Amino acid sequence: MELQSKSPSGPIESRWDRHKFDLKLVNPANKRKYNIIVVGSGLAGASAAASLAELGYNVKCFCFQDSPRRAHSIAAQGGINAAKNYQNDGDSIYRLFYDTVKGGDFRARESNVYRLAQISVNIIDQCVAQGVPFAREYGGTLANRSFGGAQVSRTFYARGQTGQQLLLGAYQALERQVHTGKVKMFARTEMLELIVADGRARGIICRNLVTGKTETHLADAVVLGTGGYGNVFYLSTNAKGSNCTAIWRAYKRGALMGNPCFTQIHPTCIPVSGDYQSKLTLMSESLRNDGRIWVPKKTGDQRPPNQIPEAERDYYLERKYPSFGNLVPRDVASRNAKQVCDEARGVGTGLGVYLDFADAIKRLTVDGVRERYGNLFDMYERITGQNPYEVPMRIYPAIHYTMGGLWVDYNLMTTVPGLYAIGEANFSDHGANRLGASALMQGLADGYFIIPYTIGDYLAQTKLEKIDNNHAAVRDAERAVMEKTNRLLSIKGKRTVTSFHRELGKLLWDKCGMARNEAGLKEALKRIPELREEFWKNVTVLGSGEELNQSLENAGRVADFLEFGELMCLDAQHRNESCGGHFREEFQTPDGEALRDDERYSYVAAWEYTGPNKPAVLNKEPLSFEYVHPTQRSYK
Amino acid sequence: MKLILHVWRQKSAGQVGQLVRYEHTKVNEHMSFLEMLDVLNEDLIARGEDPIAFDHDCREGICGMCGFMINGVAHGPQRGTTVCQLHMRHFNDGDELYLEPWRAKAFPVVKDLVVDRSAFDRVVAAGGFISIPAGSPQDANTILVPKKNADLAMDAAACIGCGACVAACPNAAAALFTGAKIAHLGLLPQGQPERYDRALNMVAQVKAEAFGYCTNIGECEAVCPKEIKLEVIARMNRDFTKASWTQRGDKFKNDSA
Repeated sequence: MELQSKSPSGPIESRWDRHKFDLKLVNPANKRKYNIIVVGSGLAGASAAASLAELGYNVKCFCFQDSPRRAHSIAAQGGINAAKNYQNDGDSIYRLFYDTVKGGDFRARESNVYRLAQISVNIIDQCVAQGVPFAREYGGTLANRSFGGAQVSRTFYARGQTGQQLLLGAYQALERQVHTGKVKMFARTEMLELIVADGRARGIICRNLVTGKTETHLADAVVLGTGGYGNVFYLSTNAKGSNCTAIWRAYKRGALMGNPCFTQIHPTCIPVSGDYQSKLTLMSESLRNDGRIWVPKKTGDQRPPNQIPEAERDYYLERKYPSFGNLVPRDVASRNAKQVCDEARGVGTGLGVYLDFADAIKRLTVDGVRERYGNLFDMYERITGQNPYEVPMRIYPAIHYTMGGLWVDYNLMTTVPGLYAIGEANFSDHGANRLGASALMQGLADGYFIIPYTIGDYLAQTKLEKIDNNHAAVRDAERAVMEKTNRLLSIKGKRTVTSFHRELGKLLWDKCGMARNEAGLKEALKRIPELREEFWKNVTVLGSGEELNQSLENAGRVADFLEFGELMCLDAQHRNESCGGHFREEFQTPDGEALRDDERYSYVAAWEYTGPNKPAVLNKEPLSFEYVHPTQRSYK
Repeated sequence: MKLILHVWRQKSAGQVGQLVRYEHTKVNEHMSFLEMLDVLNEDLIARGEDPIAFDHDCREGICGMCGFMINGVAHGPQRGTTVCQLHMRHFNDGDELYLEPWRAKAFPVVKDLVVDRSAFDRVVAAGGFISIPAGSPQDANTILVPKKNADLAMDAAACIGCGACVAACPNAAAALFTGAKIAHLGLLPQGQPERYDRALNMVAQVKAEAFGYCTNIGECEAVCPKEIKLEVIARMNRDFTKASWTQRGDKFKNDSA
């Protein structure tokens, strides 16, 4: 398949403006004749649904939670980047663009990243106008802080609850449109299948999670803002319900999956405490602004942290990366934590490092630290029972975000005409590693400021035939959903859904997690199909399909993870280089840094589904760098 | 640790529910309350019994999806904590716990501990927003907000919409929830143009749902996992009272209350 990125050429500063001018418009009176489905109500989904409705389109918005305000964007803590240069510290759109391309280890499309940096400025304006209570200075101006991977302060924040406040802003905009009747909201409704009729995305099949009824919704375009697939690892910082079903269904209906092996490990999470653990909790990366990361110099040092003298501590990030110190990008910080723990210098259970605020407390006082991070410290104490004002926090990396996702062109359209993917659900913008405070930026950029323009271009140029529920494609999709549900309920085996999910997650964390190698990936690729086969023979799902049935919901999601995990490993195995979050042990520099291979792998891997039990086909979108020339990333 | 749990089991909205007793012997003090229920559910499934349905998602205390009564207290005994963040180290071996869904007419039970809180969405839809379509507003720093106001607005905006305030209130009033949104937006300059309409419209919607009236009891503040202060109710009442005199429209014409 020939991949058309539709990425404009010419000077990068004017590409988006010229592209916007070239996009066809739908006149205001005609917009109300179009129906658009938005799946997901996080930052991307809610902002898209609200903005499209404001333009006059008829929107149906879907989420599996009981309210659109629950979407997992709400849990983002640290902040949102914008190239405002309010601090007069030399920031600019170009610098944000540069940092993002470099931070992504040169595996993102330059045009997209530049546009993201440009729009970042509008997002802050929009959110402030909506009443998002960002942190302020005493003079009333907006406050900023610095974040990993950047040497300027460009991050806007609302205490440690930035995601919550931005999501509530988008949610309120969405509810305003619900009130006007332009958006019809379907909560507790999960998309289980995509309808592709005559080669175009025309609707979705859902399950009403309360009644169990299968519902068909038709439209002129479908937008997926369904988030990432981090829960394929079982333990991640994602919400328990986050899943890959929507994007996986889209993949199986013809949309290509881009770079699935690019997964991000977040360096600062609370370590695992036991095998009952259901999820991992992130401690915002912003803590690295003031906390210092260290482990004992000696291996197997069991002394409590306050009895380890300064001289016997290894502040390994400050030692190895003097210019960025504790603020190196996430992949670098995570890998180094793994390395010191592999050397048996880990603390706590052995899988942990200290994040110490003693110096910050000396400098800022306890109140000063509480002002900045109070809610994070409280959360840490609630979970671990330890007071981080007195004892250093223990942290360890965990799966947090997925850079990969559905392949989209510059208009955010997948390879299925009329099907769009926005936010974390698509692969664009972050390359092989996302910088902190950039996920919120991308979700809102896609929803508020990109999709409202690009979707009109498709609708204006496309003659869509009327379809109804009797169309063969609709029938086919409905049948697929029914069959899967009935099959899950009829197996009546011996193992619970969660036990399969745990096993898959452990396997992927071990073989396709922070570090990967050929042999391990081979093993995973052999084991996953076996596990999947066992699942379909031996899983137990109680109850019926005609009621609220949380085991059934979960079973469907895990069934898709069991397929997705295999593609992720396949992608990781094929990419014989290390870049960003994808660290292949065979490919590293003598001092243990990621060794990219730009000659052979400077492309987006876009995988194509070719049918059941047939191997996925690799398509490549070559990446060229006209502005930010690939170098080995150095944060030393 | 071992616990005796009495859990409200109800198949669906239309059916009669009852408390069912479970002995749970696999409790570990580091588990969260929901992980404790996960382990129980795995056992129930293995025995072929229907697992206990409860709402949850982020398990970080921020999405607001989880919540039920533990021995009559919304979100359980620890202040400022949702059930997903409540850990078993706060309980003792042999404790007997009663788990019930939020009890309020406006929050009908869906199944077991799951309730329908869509009334909250409708209250927000009635006016809990600033009308600013996506586009090109003025530069963000041209709107100055005194730090104190920004902080107070943030305190109120921290509400996660879990519904504990309603569940804890003997009147099942939604005053803390509604007040929090009215206070958040009303404290900011951006929220001024719609401030009084907002108070009228949101309060009207609260009335249209099956919430009760606030009689300043304060249980809501005591159980709020985000420790939202009663002060927000005072702010709502002030805005509502002022609006009722200055811009009362047809909406309240036949209102006897």
